[in-house]
Amino acid sequence: MKKQLVLSETLTKAYPSENRGEPELVVFENVNFRIREGEFVTCIGHSGCGKSTILNILAGLQSPSKGYVFLDGKEITRPGLDRAVVFQGHSLLPWLTALENVTFAVRARWPEWTKAQVRAHALEYIEMVGLKDAFDRKPHQLSGGMCQRVGIARAFAIRSRLLLMDEPFGALDALTRGSIQEELVKICAATGQTVFMITHDVDEAILLSDRIFLMTNGPRAHVAEAVSINLPRPRDRAEIVHHPGYYTIRNHLVDFLVSRSRELSGGRHGATPVPVHNAKGELLFPPDVDPLALSETVTR
Amino acid sequence: MKSTRAQGYLLSAIIFFVFIALWHVATLQTVHLAEGTHLAPAQIAALEEMGMATGDIETLAAAGLSFAQMQQLAGLGLTLEELEMAGGIGAFGFTTGEGGAAETAVTGFPGPGQVGREIVNQLSDPFYNRGPNDKGILLQLLYSLRRVALGFGLALLVALPLGFLLGMSPVFKTALDPYVQILKPISPLAWMPLALYTIKDAELSSIFVIFICSIWPMLINTTFGVAAVKSDWINLGRTLELGRFNLAWRIILPAAAPTIFTGMRISIGIAWLVIVAAEMLIGGTGIGYFVWNEWNGLNIDSMILAILVIGLVGFALDAALGTLLRRFSYKA
Ligand SMILES: Nc1ncnc2c1ncn2[C@@H]1O[C@H](COP(=O)(O)OP(=O)(O)O)[C@@H](O)[C@H]1O
Ligand SMILES: [Mg+2]
Repeated sequence: MKKQLVLSETLTKAYPSENRGEPELVVFENVNFRIREGEFVTCIGHSGCGKSTILNILAGLQSPSKGYVFLDGKEITRPGLDRAVVFQGHSLLPWLTALENVTFAVRARWPEWTKAQVRAHALEYIEMVGLKDAFDRKPHQLSGGMCQRVGIARAFAIRSRLLLMDEPFGALDALTRGSIQEELVKICAATGQTVFMITHDVDEAILLSDRIFLMTNGPRAHVAEAVSINLPRPRDRAEIVHHPGYYTIRNHLVDFLVSRSRELSGGRHGATPVPVHNAKGELLFPPDVDPLALSETVTR
Repeated sequence: MKSTRAQGYLLSAIIFFVFIALWHVATLQTVHLAEGTHLAPAQIAALEEMGMATGDIETLAAAGLSFAQMQQLAGLGLTLEELEMAGGIGAFGFTTGEGGAAETAVTGFPGPGQVGREIVNQLSDPFYNRGPNDKGILLQLLYSLRRVALGFGLALLVALPLGFLLGMSPVFKTALDPYVQILKPISPLAWMPLALYTIKDAELSSIFVIFICSIWPMLINTTFGVAAVKSDWINLGRTLELGRFNLAWRIILPAAAPTIFTGMRISIGIAWLVIVAAEMLIGGTGIGYFVWNEWNGLNIDSMILAILVIGLVGFALDAALGTLLRRFSYKA
């Protein structure tokens, strides 16, 4: 079993209510989870349940109202180079070329490197995302998909411990999204990068993930379960849907999103508090669920 | 695309020549009599009707008398000879300007040929310096440009860091906003007497006036540009652990550059408008004073030349900042 890299403990985010007298708005409450080194974890949940907030807390860009997140045993309190972020919009600097956008990050990561070293390293990652011929173009001369590729190259280039991606392909058309997903599968296999990614696309999540965190609806959202995706790797977008277990997993996820996410919701007034610790006072994590194993038990 | 431009330029040229032609025709009418006569044909006819000889009219007009004065003389019913015997026109209390000045003064509005000659004349020796009231036009221009450069440069040095502060700190923005809003609409020339009284130096006062008029657009645009930098870019800088200086220098400054340069462009335009007025008030040197001085000497053709030069320089300053703006613009 691989080493644990990320730990989230009783993570809670609340905003003061706008009207006096009303209780504060608790977006999510007592969110516990672990991410192992080299794992690809996606997080799925309805809009507004606080996925982006969790990701921003992991990035160190926002702080929780309660609870902690740890990276490698150290509490995360501010942004840092041990984490890379791919934002929802491409967030490239428009006055720099594709290559310069990557060297910008590489220079920040290794200030002691020479210009040639920085350039060579950045070019390697530009090639990795298939933009060798477009490295000299500015973002406005690139398509949305190409921009997002540069963003991914930039994030991978700094060789962070944890890569955070907030709906990175949300704004792309289906075809472009498919080809970038496939590249991402390869790059992750090659680099062993640990990834925490938010998506609303169930198929994307199955293709990429080792585990999928399912979040209940807000307010007082929490991670209800961690679904293991035990499909063989390397995965291929066209082939994976023909795997006998694919739709078992898919149906499990869709069922959660359609009905269970609402039923399990904490509600505004927190009628059903979610247990955080067990009887011995140890932290309780959302149950690991393997839909394939579940269905086997049912058929047996 | 190419041909629309060519057509446009052709039309520009046509407009120019039509304007020159109209100007020429319009200024021809008042000087159709002998050299130095400034009277309109209708005025001459009126004097002749009062019994003044045509020859006398021309002589008196050349001496610089106005139509009103000549009407009075005509009312006396004397010939020019009789006037001379009575002690000359001076004896009747009529004063004419000194010969030369009066002559050019009364020839009326100069035609394009005359202005053209003046342009060649002035530009053949543009930097001469013959004392306080007699300097070459380009030398005067340099005085103005120097004042604008100093005032504008100082304003930039203040506006840029202050704008960064206001753009990055909502507290400072809220605190200083009322002062900016009240100081901004004050006409720069309203500061002039106070500046002269406090600074007691004409040169520094005019630089101060340029400073105070050009600081606002730059300050406001820098503030706005810095505050409007996309939060994703700031967050990127933070995740890359850039540090305050690098964040400002490598992300915020290039991101806000187009807005800042737009502010600078507005400022330099205002500064150039204001310096002419300020120099007219203060006097001494500068293109504004040159215009004022030529007006006092009624050298209309020099005045027209100066106005033309002011326009061209303003255009050049704007074009220079426009080029800089384009250089630092980006497409999001
Ligand atoms: N400044 C704020 N004040 C009050 N509520 C906020 C604030 N910022 C975010 N929220 C709430 O937090 C919730 C979670 O937002 P977000 O993390 O973006 O959700 P997700 O990414 O899952 O769609 C939303 O319901 C939003 O209304
Ligand atoms: Mg979101």
